[in-house]
Amino acid sequence: MSAKPIYIIDGARSPFLKARNRPGPFSASDLATATGKVLLNRQAFSPDALDEVILGAAAPSADEVNIGRVAALRMGCGPKVPGWTVMRNCASGMQALDSAMANMHSGRSNLVLAGGADALSRAPVLFSDQMVNWLADFSAARTLGQKAAAIARFRPQYLAPVLGIIRGLTDPVVGLLMGQTAENVAYRFGISRDAMDEFSVRSHQRVARAYDDGWMTTPRNGLPVEVVPIFDAKGRPYLEDDGLRRDSSVENLHKLKPFFDRKYGNITAGNSSQVTDGAAWLILATEEAVRTHHLTPIGRIVDAQWAGLDPAQMGLGPVHAATPILQRHGLALNDLDAWEINEAFAAQVLGCLAAWQNDKYCRDELGLDRAMGALDSEKLNIDGGAIALGHPVGASGARIVLHLLHVLRRTGGKRGIASICIGGGLGGAMLIEALQ
Amino acid sequence: MMKHFLVEHDRDDLAWVTFDKAGESTNTLSAETMEEFAELLDHLKKQSLRGVIVRSGKASGFIAGADVAEFIAIKTPGEAMSLVRRGWSTFQKLAALPFPTVALVKGFCMGGGLELALACRYRIAVDDPATRFALPEVMLGIIPAWGGMMRLPRVVGPNAALDMMLTGRAIDGKRAKRMGLVDALVPERVMHNAARSMMMEAPAARKLPFAQNLLMMPVMRHFVAVGARKQVLKRARPEHYPAPYSIIEHWEKHDGDPFAMEPTHPHSIAAISQHPTTGNLIRIFGLQERMKSLGKQSSFIAKRVHVVGAGTMGGDIASWCVLRGLTVTLQDQSPQKLAPAMERAADLFERRLRDRRLVRDALDRLIPDVTGAGVRGADVVIEAIFENLAVKQALFATIESQAKPTALLASNTSSLKLADIGATMRDPTRLVGIHFFNPVAQLQLVEIVAGERTAPRWPEDAAAFVRAIDKLPLPVKDSPGFLVNRVLGPYMAAAFRMLEEGMQPEMLDKAATEFGMPMGPIELADVVGLDICLAAGRAISGESPGSNESPARLVNLVAAKKFGKKSGEGYYRWENGKPVKTAAGNIPAGVTERLISPYIAEAKKAVAEGIVSDADLADAGLIFSTGFAPFRGGPMHYAATL
Repeated sequence: MSAKPIYIIDGARSPFLKARNRPGPFSASDLATATGKVLLNRQAFSPDALDEVILGAAAPSADEVNIGRVAALRMGCGPKVPGWTVMRNCASGMQALDSAMANMHSGRSNLVLAGGADALSRAPVLFSDQMVNWLADFSAARTLGQKAAAIARFRPQYLAPVLGIIRGLTDPVVGLLMGQTAENVAYRFGISRDAMDEFSVRSHQRVARAYDDGWMTTPRNGLPVEVVPIFDAKGRPYLEDDGLRRDSSVENLHKLKPFFDRKYGNITAGNSSQVTDGAAWLILATEEAVRTHHLTPIGRIVDAQWAGLDPAQMGLGPVHAATPILQRHGLALNDLDAWEINEAFAAQVLGCLAAWQNDKYCRDELGLDRAMGALDSEKLNIDGGAIALGHPVGASGARIVLHLLHVLRRTGGKRGIASICIGGGLGGAMLIEALQ
Repeated sequence: MMKHFLVEHDRDDLAWVTFDKAGESTNTLSAETMEEFAELLDHLKKQSLRGVIVRSGKASGFIAGADVAEFIAIKTPGEAMSLVRRGWSTFQKLAALPFPTVALVKGFCMGGGLELALACRYRIAVDDPATRFALPEVMLGIIPAWGGMMRLPRVVGPNAALDMMLTGRAIDGKRAKRMGLVDALVPERVMHNAARSMMMEAPAARKLPFAQNLLMMPVMRHFVAVGARKQVLKRARPEHYPAPYSIIEHWEKHDGDPFAMEPTHPHSIAAISQHPTTGNLIRIFGLQERMKSLGKQSSFIAKRVHVVGAGTMGGDIASWCVLRGLTVTLQDQSPQKLAPAMERAADLFERRLRDRRLVRDALDRLIPDVTGAGVRGADVVIEAIFENLAVKQALFATIESQAKPTALLASNTSSLKLADIGATMRDPTRLVGIHFFNPVAQLQLVEIVAGERTAPRWPEDAAAFVRAIDKLPLPVKDSPGFLVNRVLGPYMAAAFRMLEEGMQPEMLDKAATEFGMPMGPIELADVVGLDICLAAGRAISGESPGSNESPARLVNLVAAKKFGKKSGEGYYRWENGKPVKTAAGNIPAGVTERLISPYIAEAKKAVAEGIVSDADLADAGLIFSTGFAPFRGGPMHYAATL
């Protein structure tokens, strides 16, 4: 791409808070606001200097219509800063970055706050269609007799709730749960339960180390903190991701039952990403905005790519999105200094690695001559990922871009790719360059 | 040709009466406006109209009440009675108009203004945060004698009416609608349609619910009155504050008719107009207005405030500023240190704002800041960290290098000399003291401290800022304890000494509250924190921490970490936020004098040294901070009457 450079000025995310079978302390716009206001406060420009705010969200609540605008107003950007919302399912946060880039390339914007947020713990519980129809009949009934008749038609099973989260995690076209698509990937490449569990334990260990070494919550390498403290409506603080299990072990994970393909499957709650609430934001600027506001870029987004594939294999999306970027820039997998591949499922990340090593897959699906090769696991998700942190759907795409930049700065690396699989059969990837 | 009222007739035969007091930004009911209104009513009475709509031509609100300057001028009971008669008979005329009338209220509707609205058949309130109804006469030691005592109980029932009249409490639009004070609560955009349609439809006037009506019967009135007197007695003694008792008596015995009571009765208007409390309260009101006008010469506007230090004071200053609409960055070393302040803020917003969206917006405006990033964008920076000169100096060096050149840089220090804190600044003329009192949300006074080198513009900007957050600024000199703590010091010291002599804390507290202080000195010490009292006492007296001049019991309690309310025990044991007290013994002769005279002596000394510009401001300052018996008119005024 020869378009003008897109600079990353700063970024921050909320602690990721695991859903605990009830609505969590924050709505998606609460998370976006609490995180964004801290990020904006540490900038050299005032919040009303933004050209726009773009927020990716897969499941905002019913009273958060156009949540991007809601967050912009609540963060104090003022009425004149446009705010809008994008939705590309699991990559909504990455889509927000891409939409910001598009507007910056076209000259519409120079300084944009973009990111993602979701509060999956607040996914709605819905009435069944039968219940809705019954309620409609009942309220249409005028006479006492009609009402009595309607009551007589009521059946207790109408009350069975429909969980919005299950609906959201089911592919609407092929009808598979996301975990079932990951089972497909595991089956295709022969990824064992042991491999998945080992990968998952490592994710927890890596996140634990990142916290212990202060990489998450203290300013490091000339970067302000990545995970900012947020306070709920009672004033209670939330400081760290709370899904991390320091006691995670292969033995423990082995005890868990398969969740998606019950009984006979391999994918468990333990080797899948957690259902979580969270938000992540980045500030993007053009050269012009950097000059006007005297900003110091910490990195830039060099390239971005979206790709489509069979929805039943959606977990391989990163392979399809990242490969064209590598080709455009003449890069091999290990030419990059670091990789972030969102850990929707251990099976799916391992599946991506297997696909790149598979001649047939690379030939048939990617149109390459031969396999791309093995990606060095020491370059991949070196601070762990969504299996330990959780996957607040809309936020994850922005989080991996932000964290990749932190990793590059820390390791002295220059380039990296952040990539994410997307329910519905898509993949997204961004090539990031750190400016040291 | 009328000067203050405009009458417009529309094609529906409605008369729209707009009150727009000439030459003023606020409508008040002066003698001149009342006369003109009475003439207008005589004139309207003769016309054939479908209705009259009374509204305000001021953006500021409906009517602020009577003209207080005219009260101040009252000398004799006869003058008082003629002022009452003027208002009473004018509003009787309004109530007697032979067609429907409605008061269309947007913004404040206070005192005589509410009595006018009550004389209309209907009231419509515009749903707006500024719309507020109150009968605050009692706060000035007077009573709502223009028909308020008669009409308000008929409209909202005796309990709610007495509550409003006896506390002076303001009611917002939603509450007014719920209690029946207004017939409709409407958005501004439809207020004219609402008034017109109410006039055209002229629905039957609202009737009191049966149970409320029952309470209006003579026998029941007696019981209601007994209950009300009991409530008032908890807060105000009849010999100090006759007005609330007068209101109850007028309603109970005379249905609110101010002319029915014998002038010799101690609760008659003639009597209370001559009571010293009335003059004192009206004087204090005037002084409050004077403090409100301070800072008017500055055009300083603050939008963002940065507070350093999330302790009790810093946290509460931050949340108060947020509550008043500002955006605040609150800095402390870690999120854990910010947490208690964030929790108190959430609690304050919940209690004060109630509305879900307003609470959310307030929480959004409070930004935790562990790195001090907020200094750069702040219009006001307030330092509220622990009292250590070197640390404060270092902090201001950082603040000065980052803050905007127009930003107000302030310290909330209470025991250090402002000039010392500013001494190491690149520009020491910038530093000003903005000294709040604990609890911030309750105490109105804020001392504005100018150090020896402080340039004049900053205290003026500080006063403007303090007004913008709805507090009362008091300019004071940079001397130990400024005004308030300095005057409190000897009073507290006297109390501590008397404790050391073996006097009972309960008795001492009772002596103070009987004098008219809102809280006794021993309980106050426990509330403030004994550690803070000890440190402040030493700072003001210049005593070194090693010496033994401080009261032994106080020193021992602090050493035992018994700090008072915050630690659960001090001089008293605290349970559920209340001190556990035994019955107070009799107050021996001379105890009250020994307690109060050091207070007064110190106030006199402070005035003589020019800590405040005059005795009046000293009185006002000490009333709005220490709560010095308001009915006594402040310590200086009290001393002058002895």
